[in-house]
Order: sequence, then structure tokens, then C-alpha cells
Amino acid sequence: MHRTLKFGLVGTVIIGTLAWLAIGGTTESASYYKTVAEIQNLGPQAKDKKLRVGGYVEAGSISRNGDQVEFTLLEEGRKMRVRYTGNEPLPDTFKDGSQALIDGRMGEDVFHATKIAAKCASKYEAKPGESYKGNAASYTKKS
Amino acid sequence: MENIGALALILAFCLAIYSFAASIIGGWKKKAFLIVSGERAVIAVFALITLAVVILLNALVTSDFRYAYVAAHSNRDMPVYYKLSSWWGGQEGSLLLWNFVLICYGLVVVLQNRRKHRQIMPWVVASLMGTQIFFLILNVFPASPFEMLAQGRNIVEVQDGNGLNPLLQYWTMLIHPPILYMGYVGFIVPFAFALGSLITRQPGEAWIHTTRRWAIVTWFFQSTGILLGAGWSYAVLGWGGYWVWDPVENVSFLPWLTSTAFLHSVMMQEKKGMMKVWNIVLVAATFFLCIFGTFMTRSGIVASVHAFATSNIGNYFLVFLTLGIAFTIYMILGRLDYLKSESELESVVSRESSFLFNNLVLLACCFATLWGTLFPVISEAISGERVSVDAPWFNRINIPIGLFLLFLTGVGPLLAWRRASTESIKRNFLLPFLAMLAIMAVLVVLGVQHVYALTTFGLCAFVSWTIGAEFWKGAGSIARKESIGMLPAMVALTHRNTRRYGGYIIHMAIVVMFIGFAGAAFNRDITVEVAEGKSFQLGKYDLKVSKVDMGQNENYVYQNAIIDVSVGGQHFTTLKPERRIYSKSEQPVGAVAIHRRLNEDLYVNFAAISSEAQKPIIQAYVFPLVTWIWAGWWVLFAGSIICLIPSKVKMSYAKTEVLGVAGAHAKVAK
Repeated sequence: MHRTLKFGLVGTVIIGTLAWLAIGGTTESASYYKTVAEIQNLGPQAKDKKLRVGGYVEAGSISRNGDQVEFTLLEEGRKMRVRYTGNEPLPDTFKDGSQALIDGRMGEDVFHATKIAAKCASKYEAKPGESYKGNAASYTKKS
Repeated sequence: MENIGALALILAFCLAIYSFAASIIGGWKKKAFLIVSGERAVIAVFALITLAVVILLNALVTSDFRYAYVAAHSNRDMPVYYKLSSWWGGQEGSLLLWNFVLICYGLVVVLQNRRKHRQIMPWVVASLMGTQIFFLILNVFPASPFEMLAQGRNIVEVQDGNGLNPLLQYWTMLIHPPILYMGYVGFIVPFAFALGSLITRQPGEAWIHTTRRWAIVTWFFQSTGILLGAGWSYAVLGWGGYWVWDPVENVSFLPWLTSTAFLHSVMMQEKKGMMKVWNIVLVAATFFLCIFGTFMTRSGIVASVHAFATSNIGNYFLVFLTLGIAFTIYMILGRLDYLKSESELESVVSRESSFLFNNLVLLACCFATLWGTLFPVISEAISGERVSVDAPWFNRINIPIGLFLLFLTGVGPLLAWRRASTESIKRNFLLPFLAMLAIMAVLVVLGVQHVYALTTFGLCAFVSWTIGAEFWKGAGSIARKESIGMLPAMVALTHRNTRRYGGYIIHMAIVVMFIGFAGAAFNRDITVEVAEGKSFQLGKYDLKVSKVDMGQNENYVYQNAIIDVSVGGQHFTTLKPERRIYSKSEQPVGAVAIHRRLNEDLYVNFAAISSEAQKPIIQAYVFPLVTWIWAGWWVLFAGSIICLIPSKVKMSYAKTEVLGVAGAHAKVAK
């Protein structure tokens, strides 16, 4: 066999296998970004896909019992009850009012979350006026 | 002070522009005085940026809360080392760190090469300063660390700052960002030399010889930075994950892949004069992926837990990347004749082709990771729907790639250059292959059924054997010839060709780490709500929550669970996982307790207090072999140091070169 042909063959086999793995995996592990409103409008169809939803954790809604955590997710005035049963502990940044990104599937009336990411609070650049606690005056940055 | 700091940065910016322009004009028109003044300007820029750094650090240590940056990222009660590390706790400061590391490298390059490489140097300085200008623009205009807090027209001071993110108050985070930056910024030096020799059409491989050490050192820093990040994630985030294919982790991994590919394929160019275009592409890709990584963590285009909040500096990066990549492509296309390969591939089973496949696979891994990371953006552009892929997708592709690379690690070094004979393949690989089968058989008998784990352990045995045999054979012949013991013979052998044997040791480090990765197949965990005095079980461990305590110090209040662990009725250890609430940020943070051992870690997290019963919720994990990953770093460290020691025997390459006829005549004339 010609050398170039051999190299081409081996290369194609390697790249082909990887592409096959990649494409096969995409349908399996894809999750769709949706808003709470979109999920509620989808109705029963929402149960077919893995979903990713963002929103805020409603203050005072978190309840932890046994290995389950439940809370309400707020987004643009819509509310959705979420139950978390994953085996990773919730991130420390997950608390009342924090911004959360949730992966999972829609159940009967509760969203079953398998993964929750909460925004790293301190990496927010402090917004003028709200970050310096105990001081009502609003500060602005000046160069 | 703050005005001096801001002024220093502005002056540094102006001088960097001067140095850039002077070097280009000097290099182009062959004006020595311009070239020299361009180099001296680098030294001035170094002094100015250092001054700005000192002023910012002083403000952090003395808690000068007139500075917006200090108020946002530090507070009074933090220990002084965390105050110092607030330097890279936020956007402005970490960009200043970029600038500082870059100019330190620039200074070293100028001082090292003042009398060498006179033709390339102006272009090297221009490349360095071009990048410096870009990062100084960021620090001078949109992200100045010297902004003051003001009320109306007066500069004011707040009582206390917000404090450093509690999650970052951990020892590896003190050194992780600077080390990672040293790794990523450092790759600009090989890139600058490559570009310089491309522009001036330098004969030979001077840029590779000059930057060989740079490449090894910066590669070592990249690896260390990534491992420190993984170690932090493992010990701090509360569930023992050290790698979850988060976008921020991925973008730090991308340039590491291309630089690893570069370190290998560069040998092809040194020894055979092949793959010249490819090496330039790899070194450029590494550099631009470093910039891309910095861009991704700051632009917020892909949601990530670690990313900085969406900021307005993303567009600056896009412009810089576009200009830089366009210029590099233009230069490569314009110099294709100069980059022509000197020899051809001869056989599919040869050292050359093993390098080729190593490169192909590393690049495939890089591409797949990039694709997965950008998938939300790509899918939105194509179908209008934002779709993301998660960790299982990355594992599905990258685990087979990793295993194939591990296999090549064992095979590559034993294949002959040009063409390996069937005879030599049998001789070299029969025993390692049998060792692999033996290990796998033993593990199957012991009840291991996980296919990837089995393959990993088998390949680890295979690779260890081949590497061990290389040392053993080489040392054996020295020991016989010079009648010394095996151990001194191995030292002598390594000293003869430090790059080769140091490289083997780095390969061994990869083996050790892979053993650690494979351990993840046997992780176990449990989450329980458990009252004081009650106990629960995980594997062979009995965990008893004997007491829940509370207390406080100046930085945080804490609540900890004292857990007595026993194995088979015998006391084993006592663990104290903690929950803290930091006083300044009012953020609750868990501090896990880990009992580390070589065979497995016992890892306990105090997750929360339950809402109804008010009992502690404890999560316990067993992580087999994780310690091997961190142990692998020490091997990697040793291997890298050995690579940097000069070889005792000057390396001579099996490369035939036709010497100039004029040179021969000149010799005769003497």
C-alpha cells in the first residue's frame, strides 16, 4: 500500500471514531436552555428533554430534609418548584436570593434538578451603591 | 500615591508603544540605535509597572479603602497573605498581574539576548511589546486598579471592604493564579522568537534551540497551575470533584494540549527538519489560546461558575485576537518556501509517525474540548436554540483519547526513527504487553469490572515497564563498561541525555496521575441526616457524629461536627468538617475534612442543618487513589528539573547537512 494512503487511513480511523463518539454523545447529553415561562408553555413536551434553567432562588423558600433539598426558582415573575436530589453538595454560593443555573428534567409539577450551579457571589464586580453594607450613601467610582 | 500609580501605568503604556515602534522601524531599516533604545524602553516599562504593583500592594496591605479595588476585594481582618493575594482576586488586579508577569518575561528576554540573535531580537521585542500594549490598554482605560471611591466630587473612604471571596481563602489559591499566569504568559516567548525568525527568514532552527528551556519551564508552570486548580476544587468545593469540564477549566486545558503537542513535534524539526509549518502553527495556537482563555473567563459568553461577571472588555480581546491571528497566518503563508520540510515520513510504525499520531490526538482533544465549551454559542448560531453539553459528553470523547495517549507514551519512545522492524517490536514490546495482560487478569479476578479502569491500570503497567526497561538497559551497559553499581549508572545515564530521560520521568508522572484518575471509577458516597451521638456507615468506615460545636474568630463564625471514625470497632481517626460564615461577605462556606492516604481518601462534608428536624446533614465520600494525582505532580516536578539540567554529552543529531563549499576552501587556505 502507498504510504500516504496508509497514514490517511489510520488518521481517518482515529478522527472518525472520535467524531462518532462526539456526535453520539451530543444527542444524549445535550441540555436546552429554557426560561421558566417557556417550560410552562411547553406543557407535557417539556418532559422529553434535558433542560437548563436560570433564575433566582426565592428568599426563604429553601427547605432541606434528609438528602433532599427543595426551593422555588424565580424568573421574570414566574415561579417554579425545584427538587434537588443530586449527590454533589449544593455550592456554598447557593442561598436565598442567589442566582442559580439548574440542570435536570421536568417532572409532574416539580422540576427534578440533577445539578445546580450558583453564581460565585464575590466575583461579581461590586455594583456601586449596593455593595458597601451599612452605609446608605451611594458611591460612584472616580478615576 | 494613587495618581502616581495611574501615571506609572500611562507612562508604561506610552513607552511600550515607543518600544514597539522603535523595534519595528529599527529592525526594518537596520538602525541599531533604534533597536537598542527599544530594548531599553522594555527595562523602563518594567520599572514603571513594578512601581504600579508596589503601590497597589501597599494599598491592599494598609487597607486603604479609598481605592475601589481594595474596598471590593479586601477587608481589615483578613490575614496579610490573603490581603496580598487580593491582588489577583478581581478583574483589574489580575490584569495588572498579567502585565507584570509579561514584562518580567520581557525583561529576562532582553537581558539574556542582548548580545545574541541580533537579527531576531527587534521582532521579538515588538511581539512582546505589542501584547504588552494590549494589556496596558485594558489596565489604563476600562479596568484601572487605581479608581477611587467618590461621593460627589470628593474622594471618600469606606469603613471596611467586602473581603476576598471566602472560597479563594485557601492555600493553593494563593499561588494558583500567579503560577497559571506564568505558564500562559510565558508561551509568548517561544511564539515571539518563532515569529521573529519567520519574519527575518533565519536559517536553521535557532528559535527552537533558544526557546527550548522557555517552553519546558512554561509547560511545567501550566501543568502545575492546572493541578493546583484541581487540588483546590477537590479540597474546597465540598464534593471532591477535581475536574468537571467547566468552561473555565477547559480554556486553561486548551493551551496545555497544544503546548504539549509542540514539545513533542518540535523534536521532529530538530532531528529531521520536518513539520516546520506545523510547529509554528502550534506555538501560535498555544499563545492565542492563552489569550482566548483570558478572554473567556472575563467576557461571560459561556455561563460558568468561575467566570468573572459579564464585563465590557470582551470586545478588546476579540480585536486583539483577530489582528494577531490574521498577522500570524499572513506571515506563515508568505514564508511557506522557507518552511519546507527536509525529509518525508517513511513508515506508519516509526518514531516519526508516533509523534504525528500524538499530535493528531492531542489536537483532536483540544478541538473537541473547544467545541464542547463553545457548543452553546455554536448551536445558537446554527439553530437559534442554546444547547449545552455536560461532563459526560467530554468524558465520552476525552477518556478514549487519554487512554490512546497513554498507550503512545509507552510505545513512542521505543520505536526506531524512520522505520521500526517487526523484530525490534517483538523484542521491545513482548514483556510489557505480558505485564499489561497479567495486571488486567489479576484485577478481573479481584472483581474489577469497570472497562476504562481496567484498561487504564493495564496501560499503566505497560508504560511503566517500557520506561523501566529503557533505564535498566541503558544503565546496565554503563554499569558493565565502567564497573559501577546500577544506581550510579542510572544517574550517569540520565545525565548523558537529560532531555530524553527527564522526558521519560515526566511520562512516568503521567502514568502515576492516570492511576489516580482511574480511582474515580470506584468512588462511593452517602448523604445522611443524622442526630448527635448517632452513627452511619460508608464502606468499611463507621462514622459517629459525636458532637456539634460552635465558635468564632475575627474572620468568620463556624459550626463544626466532630466525627469519630472507626474501622471494625478500632478507632481510625477523628474528622471535623466545618461550616463557616465569613463576617464580611456573609457567605456560608463549608470546610471539608479529608483523611488522605495513598489507597483512598475519606472525605466528609458538613452540608447543612436540616430545616425541620434541625439535625446536621453530613455527606461522606470515599475517593480511592486520588492522592496519586497529587503525588504525580512531584514526579512531574522532578522530571522537569532533570530536563533543564544541561546534558553532559553534547547532543549530536543524526542529521546530514551539506556544509558550504566556500567554508571548506577557507579551511584549506589557512
